[in-house]
Amino acid sequence: MLEGWVVVVASFAYLGLLFAIAYYADQRADAGRSVIASPYIYSLSLAVYATAWTFYGSVGRAAANGVGFLPIYIGPTLMIALWWIVMRKILRISKQNRITSLADFVASRYGKSALLGGVVTVIAIIGILPYISLQLKAISNAFTIVLQHPEIVMPAKLGTVPVLHDTALSMALLLAAFTILFGTRHLDAAEHHEGMVAAIAFESLVKLVAFVAVGAWVTWGLFDGFGDIFSRAAADPGLRPLLAPLDGVAGGYASWVWLTILSMLAIMFLPRQFQVTVVENKDEQHLKKAIWMLPLYMLAINVFVLPLAFGGRLHFGDGAVDADTFVLTLPMAERQELLALFVYIGGLSAATGMVIVETIALSTMACNDLVMPVLLRLRWLRLQEKKDLSGLLLGIRRGAIVLILLLGYVYFRLAGEAYALVSIGLISFAAVAQFAPVALGGIFWKGGTRLGALAGLSAGFAVWLYTLLIPAFARSGWLPLGLLDHGPFGIELLKPLALFGIGGLDQITHAMIWSMAANVGAYVAVSLMFVPGAEEHRQASLFVDVFKRPPEGGQARFWRGTASVPDLYSLLARFMGIDAAAAALAEHQRERGTPRKPEGLAADAELVNFVEMQLAGVVGASSARILVASVVKEEALSLEEVRALLDEASQVIVYSHKLEQKSQELERATQELRAANERLQELDRLKDDFVSTVSHELRTPLTSIRAFSEILHDHPRLDAGERSRFLSIIIKETERLTRLINQILDLSRLESGRAAWNESLVDLRQVIEDTVAATSQLFREHGVRIECRLAAPVPQVRTDLDRITQVLMNLLSNAVKFSEAGRGMVEVSLGREGDELRVDVRDNGVGIPPDQHEAVFEKFRQAGGSLSGKPQGSGLGLHICRRIVEHFGGRIWVTSAQGEGACFSFTLPLGRRRALAEAA
Amino acid sequence: MEEFDLRAQRLAALCLLGAALFSYPLLAVFNVPATVLGIPVLYAYFFVAWGALIALMALVIERPD
Repeated sequence: MLEGWVVVVASFAYLGLLFAIAYYADQRADAGRSVIASPYIYSLSLAVYATAWTFYGSVGRAAANGVGFLPIYIGPTLMIALWWIVMRKILRISKQNRITSLADFVASRYGKSALLGGVVTVIAIIGILPYISLQLKAISNAFTIVLQHPEIVMPAKLGTVPVLHDTALSMALLLAAFTILFGTRHLDAAEHHEGMVAAIAFESLVKLVAFVAVGAWVTWGLFDGFGDIFSRAAADPGLRPLLAPLDGVAGGYASWVWLTILSMLAIMFLPRQFQVTVVENKDEQHLKKAIWMLPLYMLAINVFVLPLAFGGRLHFGDGAVDADTFVLTLPMAERQELLALFVYIGGLSAATGMVIVETIALSTMACNDLVMPVLLRLRWLRLQEKKDLSGLLLGIRRGAIVLILLLGYVYFRLAGEAYALVSIGLISFAAVAQFAPVALGGIFWKGGTRLGALAGLSAGFAVWLYTLLIPAFARSGWLPLGLLDHGPFGIELLKPLALFGIGGLDQITHAMIWSMAANVGAYVAVSLMFVPGAEEHRQASLFVDVFKRPPEGGQARFWRGTASVPDLYSLLARFMGIDAAAAALAEHQRERGTPRKPEGLAADAELVNFVEMQLAGVVGASSARILVASVVKEEALSLEEVRALLDEASQVIVYSHKLEQKSQELERATQELRAANERLQELDRLKDDFVSTVSHELRTPLTSIRAFSEILHDHPRLDAGERSRFLSIIIKETERLTRLINQILDLSRLESGRAAWNESLVDLRQVIEDTVAATSQLFREHGVRIECRLAAPVPQVRTDLDRITQVLMNLLSNAVKFSEAGRGMVEVSLGREGDELRVDVRDNGVGIPPDQHEAVFEKFRQAGGSLSGKPQGSGLGLHICRRIVEHFGGRIWVTSAQGEGACFSFTLPLGRRRALAEAA
Repeated sequence: MEEFDLRAQRLAALCLLGAALFSYPLLAVFNVPATVLGIPVLYAYFFVAWGALIALMALVIERPD
């Protein structure tokens, strides 16, 4: 039943079914009840990753080197684990900026640069062409093989077919028509192709079921389970090395790692993957299911690759049948015609799915980022004045689809036979991997600039051309093979397959290492070398900080200028059609809750932004930028202004941080103030106490002076003895008053630091002897004995002679005061203790209770308090002594017990310690 | 922080785990000419480890917040 007409009818019937599904989905979408708004459909549509290359090529690669096909599916699994970080961010950015393609994404990120969009588009088209031709080759080969039924003949053996009879050409044209029907029936502001997505999801299901069916049939129908196949392979000397095959892989583990990285990048940056994953995404949350369902799909479609590869080689022997065709030729050879037809359909769906999505993605890029920016700049075309441009847009896209497919066919005719399926696919993978640095760098690094992106892409692509495409051309006979063997002009260092003498790597690893180094290096270096413009700066911030900004209207605040509503409306109408434009504006006004603006009124920033976004959805960011600029009188924001706007948010954070800091400081200052205030109040209280004590001390002698003076005044007839007694009291009290006032003045000088110090080297021994001599009269009067016990000569000490005399005088007179007449005894001693001199003045008087040892040195405090009766001094003497001794870095203290006399001691530091005390 | 929430960190850790599972030296450990249940050890390892990794990813992503 595998006659030619059956195969042709089946193919058309299958494509018809696809179209019916797409049509149904489109109808449902127009009715507002989308069938593709499901995470399962979304996940299945992502499986467009598995192409004819997977369907036929995996088995071919496995038959050649065992597990070598696996990195192409394990890599995406690893990458998808990072999708919650990377892809979610790209999705968020793309939704906010209405991104329509990978080129649009890159161009938009780097300041809506039309040039960059064009470069990405050119790289994508050149890089993907081999891949498309690979699909055509697979379809054509499969068709040719099936037509030879019941013989198994390889297409290469049939010789070249004339172009007009070539199934690949008719297939290319058929697919072009089909893609045009799917992808460009009408313009959608969001570039959604719901019908296409539904059809792709269905195709993913078909190819999986077909592949698993043939795998299961080979494993359990043709053989007796996995164990049987592997044990028979182990018995075959040609297959045995494939059972522990990693050593056999060219380049070994390095090649393995680079293949994994390559496919990690491919799953993100193949234009068709970007199309289904990002552009066609309906809901960010669909990512959740896709993150595990897509890897699971890949696992499922790979389970039977090895049994098929080994089964094929066991069945056909070595070399007679191309391993790339085992999937199809095994059921054919065993006369499983229905299964063979199903496999053929599965391969067809794998190939068509890829071709449809890829060409739609590429045609969108070609139209929005290559043709339109050029057309819009050509003034003589007067495109800006045309009424309705949606027809032109559709025309460009349709033309691009046909052109891309024809180019793919040309490549297939000219170069296709030079490589196995897998190698062609890898060349395309390596091309799209060049987008990774600028795209990934663009969403995580604000520093990447337009010039940097241009440099990186150009450098990476140039290396790709040189190390992968030129060798491919050479092997196809377009260039002399000597180029590969001896390098250009015989320069060995520049051999395309061993650049700078780095050989021993497989071609892909070699190309990836050099192209990635050139790409990343140029991107980073040039980005850092030049300062970006305002537009770039703003876009970089919008992309990188997408999770930190409010979702809508984020761009509006960057715009300043004047525009009229009718101008914007007619612009929108020209690209979307009048009805769609009116509906979009009405929707916008409803959302913002503003009444419809009268015609002729000036548009605000938000409306301008909205129109640009709508246009971006149709013609891409860079074209939309040009269009809006044409009807809007825009004042360019300077880089400083954009920076200021962007920094506003961060400044607010800084301010609030500062505010917090300030309030903390304030609190600290308040506390300090409160403490200072408390201290002040304490000092104030002390001052009050001091003043009241002083006035009390002053009033006591004054009162008695006044009282005795009044007596003398009022009683002139007092007898002479009485009068003289009163006068002597008055004199004594006056002396006391004078002394008190002198001490107060002295203290106030000491406390305020205004006291004059006359320092000189003083022999303390001499001072003591002089002082004792000076006070000897006093001692005699009181009947107190004094004794000096001075040690052998002591070093001189630097101090104020008068002040130290004052201290000694004070201590001695105190000792006299508190000693009992007759049996009183005062002993003065001087000694050296370490690096200080110590003076003791010991008496055998009443003594001081221990709880007052410290108190006696305070102002107006006297031992015994009021109990001891009339105070015998001002209460300032010891305090002044302490001040003086401490000024010279010494200490003064008293040791005593009640009734056993007291010993006042003070020390004065010698040279070195003195210096230390002063320094402190 | 939304961008690098706990789920994202867990998945990133799984990516690192996967990178370790499918590269040298772990692969070399299983790259031996022996079989389990008739299947070469290396092949069995690939599919079991791969399946386990996918199961863990499903577990992390589908777990309610």
